[in-house]
Amino acid sequence: MLEFFTGHYAYWFTIILLCIGVYGIMFKKNLIKKTIGLAILQISVVMYFVAVASKWDATVPVLDPNIPVEQAANYLNPLTHTLMLTAIVVGVATLGVAFTLLIAIYNRYETLDEQELIDKMK
Amino acid sequence: MKALKILVLVLFAAVLIYASSGLPNRGDADNLMHADRSVINTTVKGSYFIKNAYRDAATPNMVTVVLGDYRSIDTFGEQVVIYTAGLITLLVLRRTRRLKKEIKS
Amino acid sequence: MRRQYDSPIVLLGARLLSPYIMLFGWYVIIHGHYSPGGGFQGGALLAASVLLIRVAGGKRVSRLQIAEFATTPLAVVGVVIYFATGLVAMAMGGYFLDYEMLPFPGDMEASMLRYYGILIIEVGIGLAVMAILIMIYDNMVRGEDYA
Repeated sequence: MLEFFTGHYAYWFTIILLCIGVYGIMFKKNLIKKTIGLAILQISVVMYFVAVASKWDATVPVLDPNIPVEQAANYLNPLTHTLMLTAIVVGVATLGVAFTLLIAIYNRYETLDEQELIDKMK
Repeated sequence: MKALKILVLVLFAAVLIYASSGLPNRGDADNLMHADRSVINTTVKGSYFIKNAYRDAATPNMVTVVLGDYRSIDTFGEQVVIYTAGLITLLVLRRTRRLKKEIKS
Repeated sequence: MRRQYDSPIVLLGARLLSPYIMLFGWYVIIHGHYSPGGGFQGGALLAASVLLIRVAGGKRVSRLQIAEFATTPLAVVGVVIYFATGLVAMAMGGYFLDYEMLPFPGDMEASMLRYYGILIIEVGIGLAVMAILIMIYDNMVRGEDYA
């Protein structure tokens, strides 16, 4: 039972972060708060992938001359770290485009509240 | 209405936590992800990159070798993505003066 | 964000910090082979050092460092460096982005050719990411009052 907890608690923390992001998208009425919830959701997925790649008693994936590279259990898995670098940059680009569209909406409709926008667009 | 939203969120969290109990323990030495050969005896990519990165590219940092040499086309696609995001901000928000003069006259 | 910030302490702090952040950003890009780092991280640090002066100093002061029309050609140069490496490798007979066919003088073995190929690509990525992050900020400030 204790092994189950020490092996799985990292997944539970990332799921809690994901649910905080979904709470921000579903329950808030201001458009900027919804965008912040979207950013939190993207970061939780990045954290999950980095947590999966860990091994006990292993070191950073940078070659050390004292630690032999023949046994692959000495170094962390570098594949998921690389994919998450791409994911972070895509998240930044998505946030940039989202804020640009929010500025364009504010210039046109003078409000950023969800219910007032729906009333003004009718 | 609000009670229904709270119920949906709690159900979503419960389903995710139940689904994550089938995952292997974090950091175990005999995960399928960290093995040397897979179940059907092909190479597993993580171990292959660790063993052969310094021999192929003379670089100690394995993450840079994977990002710049083994998976370089993914990095090229990512440059296109961030360049497109920059172009979108330029096209949506820069207005020329001709549009304002047309509206006024 | 157009006018200078009212307090002189903020401008003094930004002027003291910004060159060191830019130097550290260059260090992170070039030492991407030997320690954690690389193109994307160094590009974000370089953009942070320029944006600090833009937020604290206003438009008249920071226009002297990087002008607003100059960020778009810099971004294009960054992407073209990456693409030109691939096309040169293809013109010499390999596949796209095959570093072993790059025309370097002298007789180097295959692993050192890949070393230099990755270095050129990291510099291109850093330049493109820096220019685009500054460009996003500039366009958002300019488009703020077309109401």
